[in-house]
Amino acid sequence: MRPETEGQLAEIVARLSEPVRILGGGTRGVFTSGAELSVTGLNGIELYEPGALTLVTKAGTPVAEVEAALAAEGQRLAFEPMDHRGLLGTSGAPTIGGVVAANVSGPRRVHAGACRDFLLGVRYVDGLGQVIKNGGRVMKNVTGYDLVKLMAGSWGTLGVLTEVSLKVLPMAEAEETLCVAVDGVAQAVAAMSAALGSPFEVSGAAFDPAAGQMLLRVEGFAGSVAYRVEQLRGVVGGFGDVSMAGDSATLWRDVRDVAAFQGAPGDVWRISVKPSDAPDLADRLAADGLLFDWGGGLIWARVSEGTDLRAKLGDVAGHMTLVRGKGQAKLQPEPAPVAVITEQLRRRFDPRGFLNPGLMG
Amino acid sequence: MEMPTPNAAVLARKAKLVERLQRVLPTDAVIHDEAETLAYECDALTAYKCPPMLAVLPTTTQEVSDVLRICHEEGVPVVPRGSGTSLAGGALPTADCVILGVARMNDVLETDYANRVIRVQSGRTNLSVTGAVEEEDFFYAPDPSSQLACAIAGNVAMNSGGAHCLKYGVTTNNLLGLTMVMMDGTVIEIGGAHLDAGGLDLLGVICGSEGQLGVVTEATLRILRKPEGARPVLIAFDDNEVAGQCVSDIIKSGILPVAIEFMDTLCIKACENFAKAGYPDCNALLIVEVEGSEAEIDYQLSKIVEIAKRHNPVELRESQSEEESAKIWLGRKSAFGAMGQMNDYMCLDGTIPVSSLPMVLRRIGELSAQYGLAVGNVFHAGDGNMHPLILFDANKPGDLELCEEFGAEILKLCVDAGGCLTGEHGVGVEKRDLMLHQYTAADLEAQMAVKDVFDPAWLMNPAKVFPLSVTEARRDARIAAE
Ligand SMILES: Cc1cc2nc3c(=O)[nH]c(=O)nc-3n(C[C@H](O)[C@H](O)[C@H](O)COP(=O)(O)OP(=O)(O)OC[C@H]3O[C@@H](n4cnc5c(N)ncnc54)[C@H](O)[C@@H]3O)c2cc1C
Repeated sequence: MRPETEGQLAEIVARLSEPVRILGGGTRGVFTSGAELSVTGLNGIELYEPGALTLVTKAGTPVAEVEAALAAEGQRLAFEPMDHRGLLGTSGAPTIGGVVAANVSGPRRVHAGACRDFLLGVRYVDGLGQVIKNGGRVMKNVTGYDLVKLMAGSWGTLGVLTEVSLKVLPMAEAEETLCVAVDGVAQAVAAMSAALGSPFEVSGAAFDPAAGQMLLRVEGFAGSVAYRVEQLRGVVGGFGDVSMAGDSATLWRDVRDVAAFQGAPGDVWRISVKPSDAPDLADRLAADGLLFDWGGGLIWARVSEGTDLRAKLGDVAGHMTLVRGKGQAKLQPEPAPVAVITEQLRRRFDPRGFLNPGLMG
Repeated sequence: MEMPTPNAAVLARKAKLVERLQRVLPTDAVIHDEAETLAYECDALTAYKCPPMLAVLPTTTQEVSDVLRICHEEGVPVVPRGSGTSLAGGALPTADCVILGVARMNDVLETDYANRVIRVQSGRTNLSVTGAVEEEDFFYAPDPSSQLACAIAGNVAMNSGGAHCLKYGVTTNNLLGLTMVMMDGTVIEIGGAHLDAGGLDLLGVICGSEGQLGVVTEATLRILRKPEGARPVLIAFDDNEVAGQCVSDIIKSGILPVAIEFMDTLCIKACENFAKAGYPDCNALLIVEVEGSEAEIDYQLSKIVEIAKRHNPVELRESQSEEESAKIWLGRKSAFGAMGQMNDYMCLDGTIPVSSLPMVLRRIGELSAQYGLAVGNVFHAGDGNMHPLILFDANKPGDLELCEEFGAEILKLCVDAGGCLTGEHGVGVEKRDLMLHQYTAADLEAQMAVKDVFDPAWLMNPAKVFPLSVTEARRDARIAAE
C-alpha cells in the first residue's frame, strides 16, 4: 500500500482489518510483521522560510532532499540525524518521517538538542484513520498538550506521520576538532565533562577507545572557532596530548553513523546513561566494541549475537535499546506504573493495535 | 468567566475532608479558614477570582501522594499551584476544589556539575535554581520575566519560555526528568540525568500540560556554564515593517543572537517615561543581544550593525559597557510595569510566523481603532512570540468585556496568520474557549485522551485548557458516578 495523499492514507488506515508495518525508507531496521504501508508517496517540501528558521514537509520526503534544500540556504538540521544504513546493512532512502518517528539524533544532540527539540508540529493519521494535527510551524507554542513530543520517538505506534514542521538552524561557517590522546574511559569522560562544562560551546564530544582518541568539535564563525579551540586546549591539555583533526566533517559523520561497527559482526546496543556512570558500566558490559558519544552519555556497544545486555544496567539509571540484532525485545522494560500509562496511551491512539504492533513492547 | 457549578456533594464533605487531610499533613499545612483561603483566590490573571474550598501545603512527595489519594477517594477536584504567577488563570480555583500548593517544597536535592544537571523540588523558584549553581558559574537557561517569583512547578506545567530562549530553548528543552504524583496517589518517575528517557516521550507531554495530568514534585534540569559575556545593540526604525525585515535578515545571516526583542511606539514611550532608559523617539525598537568572549561579541555585533545599516535605522547604539547594556535592557524589562502604570492591561501571548509580522501589526492597529482601546506591542521577535498589551479601565463598566473581545480577535488573527493562541503563557481559562479556532474537535479529542489515561476521573484542574462544552461529558460522568 502506497497512498499519495493524506486523505488516501486515512482511508486505508480506517479500512484496515489487520496490522501493518509502516515504512518510510525502510532503513532503520523495523522488524514487525504485517502488510507494508509505505509513506513515501507523501512527498515534498511544503514551506520553507529561511528567515523564520522553519521548514514544513510531508513525512515521506527523503532526508537528502530536505538537507539539500536547507544547504542551498546555508542552513541544516541541527540535530544531525544518523544514517542507519551502514550500521544495519539496509538500503533505501531515509525519509524525514522516519527520522521523527525514531527521534533520531546525532552527536550535536549534547549541545543543540534532539530531533524532538526541533519538531514544531505534526500531522498524523491515528489508528482509526482520523487525521490529527498538533503544534504548528512557529517556534513557540504551548497551545494545548504537546503531542508533538509524544509522536517523536513513538516509532509509528501512535499514528502514521503525514507532515512534520521543523526548526532549522544556520550552518556553521567553520568547524574544527581537537583530538586528545586519553588513557581509558574514565579519563575520557572526565575530559569531556570539563570541556562541556566550559563556556566554549563544544558541539560534539566523543571517545573511541580503540583509537584512544577523545574528540571535541567546535563550530561557529572562523574567528570564534579559533579562539575557542585555543581556550579548550587549556581546558583539556592536562588529560593528554592535543592535536587537530584533519577532516572534522568526516570524523563526525563516522561518529554519527557508528562507522566503527559497520561490517563488524554481532548485535549493537545503544545505551543512554549519565556520563559519569559510563566508565563502570562500560567495564561491566564486556563488549567486543565500544564507542562513546554525548560526552559519555551515549554508549554504543557491540556484543556477540543474542546477548541481552539489559540486565547489566543494574541500578544505573538509563536506557538500553537493541539497534542491530534479532530475537529479543528492543527496549528496556518500563517500571510498572509507567508501563501501564504507555500501554493505555497506545490503546487510545490505536485501539485496534494495528500500527507497528510490538515495535515498542 | 464561566466555571463549572460547584459540586454541592463535595462542599458538604468539607469537614470530613479537612479531618482526613489533617491526619496526613502537619496542622498548619491544611488551610480551611475562609479568611485564609482567600490568599489563593486567583493567580496573576486577577480579573477572575474564586476562593477554593481548601488549600494544602505539603512538603514531601509522600504527603502529596497522601493528599491526592484522599481527594481521589472523596471525588474532590484538585488545582495544583506553584507561585500563582500564571497569566492565563491556570491556577484559578473553583469553589469546590482543593488548591495543592508546592511552595514549601523548595529544596535543592542534588547539584551535579560533571553531568551538568540539578535536581530540585518543584516549588523552588526559577531564579533560585540559577542561584544554587551560580558559585560555579553555571545557570539554568529558561528565564521568564517572572523568574524571581515563579516556580519550576509552574514552568514545567506551562512550558514557560524567556527572553533568551531563541538560543537556549524553553522549559521542555531543558527538562530531563521528573517525579510526578498522579490523581490516585501513584508516584511516577520519568527520565533522569541521562538524555534519553526511553519509551514514549511522557516527559514531553507532561511538560506544558497545565497541571492536568498530575502534581510534579521534583524536576531534573539541565544546567549550563555561563557564557563569558553578553552585550546588546539597540536598533531604532521608523517603520515596523522594516524592523521585521531586519530581524529576518539577521537570522538568515547565520548569526544566532540569544535574544531579539521588539517594541512598538506606545511601548517605547511608556518605557521611556517609566524607566528613563534613554530610548530614541521612533516607531520600532529592536534589542539584539549576543554572547561570547569580547572578540566574539564584537564580531557578531559588527555583523548585525552591518545588516541593520542596510535598512536605514534612525539610530544604532552598540553597548560598550555593562552599564550601557543594563540601560538598554532596563526599558524592556520594565515594559509590563510601565504599561501597568498607564492603565489596567491585558497581556496576550500569541505567536506568529516572523514573516507575517508587518501584516499582523497593521491589523492590530486597525482593530485597536475599531475597539477604541490602545495596544502596545512588545515581543520576542526572533521566534514570533508577540505580547500585545491591551489597555483598558477595570473600573469602567463593560471595558473588561470589550478588551476580552478585542483580545480574542487578535489571537484568532495570530492563528489565521499561521501561528497559535499562546507561545508561553498557556491556555488556562483565558484562551480555553478559543481552542476550537486552532484545533478541530478530533484534535482536541486526541489531547483529552491523554488526560483520560493519567486522570480518568477528570479531577485534576479539570476546567482548564479545553472549552467547557467539550469537557462537559467527561466531568459529568465523574459526578454521576459518585
Ligand atoms: C510579570 C509577569 C511576567 C511573566 N513573564 C513570563 C515570561 O517571560 N515567559 C513565560 O513563559 N511566562 C511568563 N509569565 C507567566 C508565569 O510566570 C509562568 O506561566 C510561570 O511558569 C508560572 O509559574 P507559577 O509557579 O507561578 O505557576 P502557577 O501560576 O502557580 O501555576 C501555573 C500552572 O501550573 C500548574 N501547576 C503549578 N504547580 C504545579 C505542580 N506542582 N504540578 C503540576 N502543575 C502545576 C497550575 O495548576 C497552573 O495551571 C509572567 C507572569 C508575570 C506575572
